[in-house]
Amino acid sequence: MPDRLTGIGVSPGLAGGPVYRMPDPVTLPAAAPVSDVAAERKRATAALTLVADDLTRRAEAADGAAGDVLRAQAMMAADPMLSSDVAARVEAGTDAPHAIDEVFEGHRAAFAAAGGVLAERVADLDDLRARAVAACLGVPPPGVPDPGEPFVLAAVDLSPADTAGLDPARVLALVTEQGGPTSHTAILARAAGIPAVVRCAGVTGVADGTRITVDGGNGAVEVDVTAEAVASAREAEVTRRAALSTVTGPGRTACGHRVALLANIGAAGDATGDAEGVGLFRTELMFLDRATAPSFDEQVSGYGEVFAAWPDMPVVVRTLDAGADKPLPFLTQPGEPNPALGVRGLRTARRAPQLLTDQLHAVAAAAHTASARVKVMAPMVSTVAEAVEFAEAARAAGVTEVGVMVEVPAAALQAARLLEVVDFLSIGTNDLSQYTFAADRMAGELADLLDPWQPALLELIAMCARAGTAAGKPVGVCGEAAADPRLAPVLVGLGVTSLSMSAAALAPVRAALAGHTLARCRELAEAALHGAPPP
Amino acid sequence: MIERTVQVGSPGGLHARPAALFVAAAAAAPVEVTIRTADKPAVPARSMLAVLALGARRGTEVTIAADGPEAEAVVDDLAALVAGDLEAETTDA
Repeated sequence: MPDRLTGIGVSPGLAGGPVYRMPDPVTLPAAAPVSDVAAERKRATAALTLVADDLTRRAEAADGAAGDVLRAQAMMAADPMLSSDVAARVEAGTDAPHAIDEVFEGHRAAFAAAGGVLAERVADLDDLRARAVAACLGVPPPGVPDPGEPFVLAAVDLSPADTAGLDPARVLALVTEQGGPTSHTAILARAAGIPAVVRCAGVTGVADGTRITVDGGNGAVEVDVTAEAVASAREAEVTRRAALSTVTGPGRTACGHRVALLANIGAAGDATGDAEGVGLFRTELMFLDRATAPSFDEQVSGYGEVFAAWPDMPVVVRTLDAGADKPLPFLTQPGEPNPALGVRGLRTARRAPQLLTDQLHAVAAAAHTASARVKVMAPMVSTVAEAVEFAEAARAAGVTEVGVMVEVPAAALQAARLLEVVDFLSIGTNDLSQYTFAADRMAGELADLLDPWQPALLELIAMCARAGTAAGKPVGVCGEAAADPRLAPVLVGLGVTSLSMSAAALAPVRAALAGHTLARCRELAEAALHGAPPP
Repeated sequence: MIERTVQVGSPGGLHARPAALFVAAAAAAPVEVTIRTADKPAVPARSMLAVLALGARRGTEVTIAADGPEAEAVVDDLAALVAGDLEAETTDA
């Protein structure tokens, strides 16, 4: 009889297969006396060789940048100085795992002290150290397991580093004990189109290799199921995807009410699906990992590439959104007591107005030669005065369509007045949740507060949408809530005019809208405002 | 002792892939090679960790040195490698 676990479904889809658990972080056992120095030395160097060989193998299988990174890491593991230093420590009486740990610690300190790009490689060294110690102890290496067949990945929670190399062809579904609808796991899973369930208590207690099925829509996880159940989950998923792909064309409800379905992107090469334009172009990518801001010309050519990828379609450029979880050395200040409530988003322009002016001029210059319909919007706006100032700066730079994001309750409360000074609003539901409920986006324990079905959040969205209807101006949603096919009809029922999401989420949202009339969307919205649970 | 001082040519400095290519070439050389910067002492050029720890950026002057019968050719080759743009090279690996 299969066991049933339940969590929160955050990325729809059905999957079935063996489950494998993300290994625990490697911990060093207590130091042990060394009796046979030669054997201990062999144990240490064999561990380093194993790690280097494994990384080399993976480098050969990977291509491009990923392969280069792995190759560089393999060369660190194979460094002759590393093995001779480890050997010297073993000769002096330290056991192999501790010798490895101590030598890596020395290099780590040197890298961290050097700062700059070298400090960023500290994570690579820590990974190598953990792998080498694991090899020495004979325990599984840290990181995503590789059972040699497609599998469901179970974890307490997944960090960005854990998921960076996640291959959707191998990972059938993600199930975590912690995390929430706006956690990294959820966002990644939706972007990659992998079914995912978060806050599923007990999943990491399931033995590796046990067959399970996962429903990323309703959050149900069946444990110890038959091979037939796995096969039928997979068949149902194939059917589901086929059904999704039969609904094509621009977004519309069953009765033909148009809702623009747009893409969230960060660069020109990002997947476009069959989006009708870009609802959120995050410009941070060009600014991250640099010591100084990109030059005007660099920005013009970067934006131009993106605009060229979306001919004759709308592209909403969000101006630099730095601060809080996205620090920039030339702009943000470390050490703010409350970074999420600090100088972030548009507020950084108080400190460095020229950066914003330059960016707006670069956007206008790039738009000049493109057929895309370029608009700009500012992140983290909280007053009408801020919106006025931004709109004036944008129009002075030559951008004709200007909007602001609604991420702070103060902005939602002023939606009607904001629309007197700008052309559109775009609601960032992740931050709007965080600031409305005073609940950190990353706090998995508070997932219930961050649930986009919370009536208070929906009420704020409704206020913005009503203001938009009254002013005859568009109000879109570009947060994770827009990517939820069950919530999309509710948002449309509230009066939202466009939904912007990662490319993989477009098909399910398009299908969900096609399945509801506008009248039904309004009924669902009314019910949700009164606290009705998701259908 | 044969020495050559050159400026690092790769845009990202002697880091990641350029460092890997340089270290692999140094390890394949028939003589022991060292590399240093103006403010850091000489380290073995076949040590990836030591080469990375130099933190040499684009334009940083590095001095490559070796002893022995083939030192001149080895040092010349490695100096040319460092001075070039190693990120632009194609990989066949």
